Amino acid sequence: MTSTAPAEVTSTLEHRSKLGWAVQDALTVAQRNLVALFRVPTTLVFSTVQPVIFVLMFRYVFGGSITVPGFRYVDYLMAGIFVQTVTFGSINTGIGLAEDLSKGLIERFRSLAMARSAVLAGRTLADAVRNVIVIVLMVSVGFLVGFRVHTNVASFLGAVLLMVLFGFAMSWVMALIGLSTGNAEAAQAAAFPMMAVLVFASNAFVSTRRMPGPLRAYAEHQPVTAAVDGVRALLNGGPLAGKVLGSAAWSLAIVAVFAPLAVRRYRRAA
Amino acid sequence: MGDAAILVEDLGKTFGEIVALDGVDLAVPEGTVLGLLGPNGAGKTTAVRILTTILRPDRGRAAVLGHDVATDPDGVRNVIGLAGQFAAVDGNLTGRENLRLVGRLTHQRKAVVGPRADELLERFGLSDAADRTVRTYSGGMRRRLDLAAALVHKPPVLFLDEPTTGLDPRGRNDLWAVIGELVADGMTLLLTTQYLEEAERLADRIMVIDGGTVIAEGTAEELKHRLGNTIIEVRLADAGASQAARARLEAVGAAEVLDDGRTVALTVGDAGRAVLEVVRTLDSAGLTPEWLTVREPTLDDVFLQLTGHKAAPGAGEGEAPPTGRGRRGRRGAP
Repeated sequence: MTSTAPAEVTSTLEHRSKLGWAVQDALTVAQRNLVALFRVPTTLVFSTVQPVIFVLMFRYVFGGSITVPGFRYVDYLMAGIFVQTVTFGSINTGIGLAEDLSKGLIERFRSLAMARSAVLAGRTLADAVRNVIVIVLMVSVGFLVGFRVHTNVASFLGAVLLMVLFGFAMSWVMALIGLSTGNAEAAQAAAFPMMAVLVFASNAFVSTRRMPGPLRAYAEHQPVTAAVDGVRALLNGGPLAGKVLGSAAWSLAIVAVFAPLAVRRYRRAA
Repeated sequence: MGDAAILVEDLGKTFGEIVALDGVDLAVPEGTVLGLLGPNGAGKTTAVRILTTILRPDRGRAAVLGHDVATDPDGVRNVIGLAGQFAAVDGNLTGRENLRLVGRLTHQRKAVVGPRADELLERFGLSDAADRTVRTYSGGMRRRLDLAAALVHKPPVLFLDEPTTGLDPRGRNDLWAVIGELVADGMTLLLTTQYLEEAERLADRIMVIDGGTVIAEGTAEELKHRLGNTIIEVRLADAGASQAARARLEAVGAAEVLDDGRTVALTVGDAGRAVLEVVRTLDSAGLTPEWLTVREPTLDDVFLQLTGHKAAPGAGEGEAPPTGRGRRGRRGAP
């Protein structure tokens, strides 16, 4: 109604569709996060320290006392370790967003005419890339302690895909938590118990069969168990379709629920 | 209000039981600078957050260059830049990377983003540090980069939320110089500050805000003239002498002993005649002052008079102008 922006403002603008910008903005933010990740690789290192300790502990300390019918324990274990790694790794998504929020970066991003989904999508995408790296490292560690893939390369890649997808889904849960808590320590404190209940009350390390009734019922019907089942089947062979579909369905359902919630939270974050 | 670049009507915002803004109206004509002056918690930042589409108002209307923040937030975002007190730049990226990031996220064409970043780094004296990660920057450098980031897409309207809070005097002066250049270039600017000197130096008009409402508005000169008077300060040897002097000087103007117990501040209408009377009165009473000054009221005086409490802590102590000797204890002038 009053004046328009000077000509130079509009002339330097690039034009794309709304969806096109949503994708481009997410990639721009993802790139920013990856640059930071490689420049400050400590988070990458710490993402692997804990799972390596778990590998050593379960392989050598507890492993001797655990038998799972139909599996060498190290092969059974590693599927659980991979899923555990991406699950706990998703806490980084929440921490990163909480830090962006507390440092005022989100405020700046929200004052720009960029896609409202981009900061979150960029963060979860970057964390998916980080997960690929961490998984490669953990597979190498697995090989060192005797883990072997009993299927083929395609199945192995499918297993990696399932892990990354599950990590991506959990990242959206953590995005919501990170934005809601607004500081890194609180995000971590809020997330850890939830992640622990998901990871330890599952079939990641031991079979659910000997768990007491109610616990077993929970353990057999929760997303980490589904993810581990899919990964384990792809790495060790046996009936596949149902387990892989179940795992993917859980992940997609989590994204479908938590991505809109997280974006809504982002729009209101202050 | 055809020329208002920033227009706000009856803006209200409440957080729980805290009323942050309670019916604020303001209009900033294009190419001018409005200083929003007030203490912590006055509602300044809330107003900026609403105008930059970060917060939604509970009531009222806010628009920038005709784009309403509620109905056309992207339209607002395209024409504004925001630099804040928290220096929102990414410490893990270099200065150059930060500016390019904002350039891409404001949807500038790739070809213009690089040169624009270089131009801003040069202009804000950051060329030498352009390829260092920002975590190695000083506070002043971060603020300059933050300001540069707000300008990447050449917005015609700029919001600065307490741009120099926490900076040392040198960093503050550097930033003032940079902001002064932007203003000279004709940018419309809304600036919030707790520093009276900052508002006086940068703003065309000043709006004093306290408790979510506007309590005064005008140019720095107009606000000072609200006191309408000249202030004469006389320092005496001790408290007894100052009380004696105050009692006698009441005949000349409204007199008050300041916090130091030794200085008498006198608010007078006709400065020349009053000085003569003060000197005569003191002489006849046998009181010899250590010194005597005549000065115009400062914004500190105005603020104190308007709000009944002091301006921001630290605003006049050490970092701000050398005009402030101990007059802060004086209560509302007549």
